[in-house]
Amino acid sequence: MYRYDDYDHTLVDERVEQFRDQVRRRVAGELSDDEFKPLRLMNGLYLQLHAYMLRIAVPYGTLSSEQLRKLAHIARRYDKGYGHFTTRQNLQFNWIRLEDTPDILAELATVEMHAIQTSGNCIRNVTADHFAGVAADEIEDPRIYCEIIRQWSTFHPEFSFLPRKFKIAVTGAPHDRAAVKVHDIGLRMHRNEAGEIGFEVLVGGGQGRTPVIAKSIRPFLPKRHLLSYLEAILRIYNQLGRRDNLYKARIKILVDSVGADRFTQLVEEEWQEIRDGYLDLPAAEIERIRAHFSPPPYEALADSADYAAQLRRDFLFARWARTNVVRHKRPGYAVVTLSLKPTGGVPGDATDAQMDAVADLADRYGFGEVRVSHEQNLVLPDVEQGDLYELWRKLEELGLATANIGLAGDIIACPGLDYCALANARSIPVAQQISKHFGDLTKLLDIGELKIKISGCINACGHHHVGHIGILGVDKHGSEFYQITLGGSADENASLGDIVGPSFGADRVVDAVETIIDTYLHVRQDNERFLDTYRRVGLKPFKEKLYAAH
Amino acid sequence: MPLIRATGVVDDPWRFVKDEEPLPDTGAVIVTLVRFQANRDQLLARATPLGLRLKSDQAPSLIAGDNERFDIIALEFPKFTDGRAYSAARLLRERFGYRGELRAVGNVLRDQLAFMRRCGFDSYEIRDGVDAAAWITALGGISVVYQPATDGRASALALRHGIGRNHRDAETTGKVDDSTPRLPIG
Repeated sequence: MYRYDDYDHTLVDERVEQFRDQVRRRVAGELSDDEFKPLRLMNGLYLQLHAYMLRIAVPYGTLSSEQLRKLAHIARRYDKGYGHFTTRQNLQFNWIRLEDTPDILAELATVEMHAIQTSGNCIRNVTADHFAGVAADEIEDPRIYCEIIRQWSTFHPEFSFLPRKFKIAVTGAPHDRAAVKVHDIGLRMHRNEAGEIGFEVLVGGGQGRTPVIAKSIRPFLPKRHLLSYLEAILRIYNQLGRRDNLYKARIKILVDSVGADRFTQLVEEEWQEIRDGYLDLPAAEIERIRAHFSPPPYEALADSADYAAQLRRDFLFARWARTNVVRHKRPGYAVVTLSLKPTGGVPGDATDAQMDAVADLADRYGFGEVRVSHEQNLVLPDVEQGDLYELWRKLEELGLATANIGLAGDIIACPGLDYCALANARSIPVAQQISKHFGDLTKLLDIGELKIKISGCINACGHHHVGHIGILGVDKHGSEFYQITLGGSADENASLGDIVGPSFGADRVVDAVETIIDTYLHVRQDNERFLDTYRRVGLKPFKEKLYAAH
Repeated sequence: MPLIRATGVVDDPWRFVKDEEPLPDTGAVIVTLVRFQANRDQLLARATPLGLRLKSDQAPSLIAGDNERFDIIALEFPKFTDGRAYSAARLLRERFGYRGELRAVGNVLRDQLAFMRRCGFDSYEIRDGVDAAAWITALGGISVVYQPATDGRASALALRHGIGRNHRDAETTGKVDDSTPRLPIG
């Protein structure tokens, strides 16, 4: 993984001191709360319902075991002993004291971490495929380019006060696990006809109040032009994006209002002015960063016969492996997802003890690397197949082996009204109820792949628009209600969910989800996935069942 | 309002004349785009120094042909969150070759000064009653920059590869550096 050099260290260390001075000025009363707000928001510090929340950047979801131990330490020392992994591959601490934040950031800097640009109307933490570097279908490791974008976007003097926040995601594989089509900019690596690797550039995707699938504005961008092209897009957006209405300020609204063709033309014209200039990426820098992501010293292994035998012998192990283990690009290795979705638990939460334990497991069963997925789970990317059984037993003890990855129990949920000042309704208890209701893992396996995503408000941090089943909390005359959408998806065949009808009271959501699943089981053909069934039959049968008695 | 540059607090020889005020016969004046467009020839014929003030929704391309006629261009930040003037500043400097004074006016805050300077601003109207020395120090920002901008500072990337401010060796592209004015920032 990427390691800081002197330049990176200096920048982050000086930033800590700068923020320390800003906090000092706030505490001393030199800055009003209004004046301090933009400063803390440049640094991931939010004032929530009950306390300050600090959002720490996990660049493109890659952590070292050392970094994870530091996060565990911060959870223990400065928070209430846990942290929350988010849908943007970051980590949030929910119970932070303002006065502690400079020290927390100083501790983070010692392990090459920070909270820069995890909030505010700037370019946010760049996200990537959580299986980057190990996925069997990968063309190139997207993290190389994520790191290049991270550096270019950090304290970008022109783009730190954009009309609205700006999110970039990169995938290096044909199967999109990074949801690039619902980001402000999505970059999809692929080969052109000449066999060169470059980027398809997608712009204007997003969720929130106005969900949109991104438009492709350039089928192929050679790597050396990456930064000049991004700068052209951002410059057009910075000048023309709306600033009069918070809800119409994202780039998707601009692309929609001028039209994708005109927007493309504006970007291309701007790019012609700045291409081949000082933003051109030298091959030497790509190679320098690539070296940080070169494959670890894998053993030359064959696929493990022991593992195959264990799968036959132990039904519970086989069930876990079926959902939580995927093929590695190297024979004899496996990619393991650690479920942060225990039955009835809070999606994405991990305790300090769990974080420490996972860090140890990453050292013992891998090369000291851990990934955070946007689906709020952790990943051990390099486990030898022969170690899987032993690892599984240890994960069971830690409560991290729930065999539900990709199934109905693997729910994405935002923090909701339990923490968030923007929420209209709670998300976590709904996730917990659904998770408990469908706690029978055998039943879950029968239902098959099903992505349930819950947001506590229209800002859609829980990605409900792209859930196979999406649940959105709304406020109806002071009560929590939930609107359900069906058929959303965030992968390479991205789609937005359709609203089934009137919303459901909090006490009826679980029943509604059950009705939807029963309807699916009734009408599915062969091994058809929920999403495929929905795309074949549409809303009608679900709607009929859901509203039949009312 | 105090005016600062990287060198310190400086006197302001300029007077901004609002549209509803009469234009004085003598002295250095800054006028709005509206007044400039309405009285262009008259204003350019004056023997006194002329400056222009642009609002954040007035693109610098509107005066691209005339920008060398101004000794100062003031770009407005109506709110510090309105970041359009950062792009306007860079375009004036890098695209349209403007070499005069570029002043930040409006809601100019201490913690944004370093960004402004990197985009090509070189004077800043700040609010009364602050510790100007601390604000001038803040212009320096963080000592490492990750991206090239208008100020000509070498990015970390360029320093790593010993290629000056360019991300690519200028010899291989034949373009870039000399076409971009090196600005006396200060």
